[in-house]
Amino acid sequence: MTQAPERPEASGAPAPDTRRPGELTARELLRWTWRQLTSMRTALVLLLLLALAAVPGSVIPQSGVDALAVSRWKDSHPTLTPIYERLQLFSVYDSTWFAAIYLLLMVSLVGCILPRLRVYLTALRAQPPAAPSRLTRLPDHRVLQVDAAPDVVLDRARAHLRSGRYRLRRDDADPARRHEVAAEKGFLREAGNLLFHASLLIVLVGFAMGGMLGYQGGVIVVQGQTFSNTSSAYDDFDPGSLFGSEDLDPFQFTVDDFTVDWITEGSAFGTARGFNARLSYRDRIGAPQDSYDLRVNHPLTIDSTDVFLIGHGYAPRITVRDAEGNITYSGPTVFLPQDQTFLSFGVVKAPGGSGGAVGLEGLLYPTFALQGGDPTTVFPALGNPLISMSVFTGDLGLDNGVPQSVYALDTDNATQVMQPDDPSKPVRLDLELGETEMLPDGLGSVSFDGVDEWVRIQISKSPGKEIALLGVVLALAGLLGSLFVRPRRVWVRTRDQDGVTMVEVAVLDRSGGADLGEVLDDLAAALSGHPDPVTQGTTGSAASRRDQKEEA
Amino acid sequence: MSNAAWESLSNQAIAAAGVVYFLALLVHLAEWASLRQPGTSRAGRKAEALALSTAGGVSDGPVLTKVAEHGAGDGQDAVDEHRVALLGRLGVLLTIVAAGVHFVALLGRGMAADPNRVPWGNMYEFTISGTFFVTVIYLAMLKRHQLQWMAPLVVGFVVATLMVAVIWLHAAVAPLREALNSPWLVIHVVSAVIATGAFTVGGILSGMYLVKARTGERTTGPLARVPSLVVLDRTAYRIHAFAFPVWTFAVLITGPIWAHEAWSRYWNWDPKEVWAFITWVVYAAYLHARATAGWKGRNAAILALVGLATLWFNFIGINYFSTTSMHSYAAPAVEVVVTAPAVPGGA
Ligand code: HEM
Repeated sequence: MTQAPERPEASGAPAPDTRRPGELTARELLRWTWRQLTSMRTALVLLLLLALAAVPGSVIPQSGVDALAVSRWKDSHPTLTPIYERLQLFSVYDSTWFAAIYLLLMVSLVGCILPRLRVYLTALRAQPPAAPSRLTRLPDHRVLQVDAAPDVVLDRARAHLRSGRYRLRRDDADPARRHEVAAEKGFLREAGNLLFHASLLIVLVGFAMGGMLGYQGGVIVVQGQTFSNTSSAYDDFDPGSLFGSEDLDPFQFTVDDFTVDWITEGSAFGTARGFNARLSYRDRIGAPQDSYDLRVNHPLTIDSTDVFLIGHGYAPRITVRDAEGNITYSGPTVFLPQDQTFLSFGVVKAPGGSGGAVGLEGLLYPTFALQGGDPTTVFPALGNPLISMSVFTGDLGLDNGVPQSVYALDTDNATQVMQPDDPSKPVRLDLELGETEMLPDGLGSVSFDGVDEWVRIQISKSPGKEIALLGVVLALAGLLGSLFVRPRRVWVRTRDQDGVTMVEVAVLDRSGGADLGEVLDDLAAALSGHPDPVTQGTTGSAASRRDQKEEA
Repeated sequence: MSNAAWESLSNQAIAAAGVVYFLALLVHLAEWASLRQPGTSRAGRKAEALALSTAGGVSDGPVLTKVAEHGAGDGQDAVDEHRVALLGRLGVLLTIVAAGVHFVALLGRGMAADPNRVPWGNMYEFTISGTFFVTVIYLAMLKRHQLQWMAPLVVGFVVATLMVAVIWLHAAVAPLREALNSPWLVIHVVSAVIATGAFTVGGILSGMYLVKARTGERTTGPLARVPSLVVLDRTAYRIHAFAFPVWTFAVLITGPIWAHEAWSRYWNWDPKEVWAFITWVVYAAYLHARATAGWKGRNAAILALVGLATLWFNFIGINYFSTTSMHSYAAPAVEVVVTAPAVPGGA
């Protein structure tokens, strides 16, 4: 089956002598280890280990995939968390033990292909092997009687084999081999196999480059705003270990417009058919401006950085004024969609005006309606936007210097504002577009001036992705050669028997299980010089004989 | 035709295909039942011996003699043999008809969507497409690899899976989420589905290998019709050898290209990707095992089944149990964003 030398594992240990294993010299031990490591069986076991090691990462949340899920998991499993952390189970694919497995596999791979490469190169230069002395001993052979001179038959054989892209053995000098033709083809099988295995190394290199020299980042940009590519501009930024912020391409872009193509009828009512964010961008400050329709599946590439549209939502424009009419907060505020209806949650933090700080927390209903008395949104587009907010005042933690989330209000030390006429009921601000409402206790007023849209942009640089792609494509090409090319040897020998030319032909397929009968038929036809050969004498096919035996 | 008309056509076609598959199954079972009678088992085995010799492509003296010798057997044998062959052909014919109707069902799903699209937007569609390719691959390999004996297994599998699809997975036609609307997705899923179909057929062969390795060779009963271990192993290998590069193309080339365009990451260790990778590695191990001393045969067949298990787990298990998978069909149109919150003016 295999052309690779299958190393006898048992004899991997040096000299079956009287010494116990403990008495191996260091060099012998090293050689023994190397042989073990590069054996087919080790490769197999390592492959299975790799498959097994990949499993936990699909069950346990991974910080590289979903950081939020990881922190949620940690919160609900306080005892397991330290153990899991020590085992690096939250980043399985960057863990030392996962790396150990695939690096061992790669070492084994190199140790495996280098010797095979040497063997292969020698084989390439070598002649096809001469015919064995008794062709009829081979499992797949045929004996023909042909009405032509032996030399004519041999010439036919050479022509046929050459047209079948066989390499012929040159035996001109050897009188003993004057009546023989030996040919071989299918070298590409081993070449394909070597290419496949070597390409895996290329893939690994490309993949590693992406992990170390690249980065991912995400940012929410409100319509009309401009993003400049510096690490501080990102909401989240995940650089590779060798990535420095000086590697960021100095582009900038503005989100001019964002449109969603909503489906307004049928079973898919309320879902989106498409999204389009119109960007104007510059490669660097001062460069000429270009524009691009950024859509899902249609990233924008600037230099070697890719810009993707992966999410969207609403940013209500809310203005907070203190009792004297001074604006303490104003502008589009990013609200996060809670589900597919785009019911969105957000907070406003207005630092102290004349009446103290004001915090708002609540929901945006894109198309507000009362259904059975309950407030809901009936469509995700902005049909009848309404915000409904609770109000807090006091210490919102805005001044103590501790970093805060812009999507959550720290109400631990704050007090909720209650209705003046019924202090048991909290104040609820329900504002339609354009409305303003006064707050009690001299806190001022809140206006709902409009709604902007925001887009979530993912920006990434993955150097080496072309290398990885090249690697898999080469691997696939090699694999096809390795699986479908059939290495084959053919021998023809003529014999002059009382003026009659007897021809023996034999075929050997080293990949096993091929249709050798057909090959023999073709060859026999070509040798006879006519399409339907007269087949005489014995034929043999080990394959079918073996099958019969198993049948019996 | 309106979209609704296409959709109901598709639903009816699936039902009809299910019925025809079921008929094909019955016919094939009848074919096998005829084989059970001791008199006929010889006929069956004889047909197989002939099949084997042609499978090897060798016009082989001894086999031909053997057939000739048996062909002169008693009349009853000939009648039974005739019936078995007739039922076999009828079963295949019904399977072909069912596959045709099955195809109409797929076409209907695609035409019912607006805009028209390939029919694999959800699990229901993926399942009916996958089973279609199981049938097609079986039919395509039927002649070349002499797979007649597999008919009840393959058709039975398809009927059962279609039933599951219709009863539990059925969903109304919906437009694709935009992320799924990419030419790369079409190529990615077509190749993944084809590979899944081929791996499934290969897995059935490896399963039979294990069954047969346990029970040993039989001269009577249904198992007598199953080819020898050597042939099973070789045929299973050939089908896996076809499926593996297709799978490589699907999950390691087109998948990452598409993921890169849609999500900015060509490989993200998302659970679906992890399991596609696991499947790939296990099948690579299978191919290795066939060339490794001590792993040929039984262990290799077990690996093939492990590979198949990971493949189907990925399809069924991950879609249902994983909430983090981007491939989860339940995911909202565009990922709802909840990210590590930023500090105004901060990092
Ligand atoms: C990175 C891990 C590896 C993967 C994914 C892998 C994958 C494969 C695949 C898919 C095949 C089937 C192609 C064919 O049959 O020609 C194969 C064949 C082969 N591999 Fe690997 N391999 C790996 C590592 C190794 C190592 C470390 C060795 C050395 C011990 C090795 C030696 C071989 C040999 C000799 C064959 C030819 C088998 C035959 O002729 O059927 N492989 N490998």
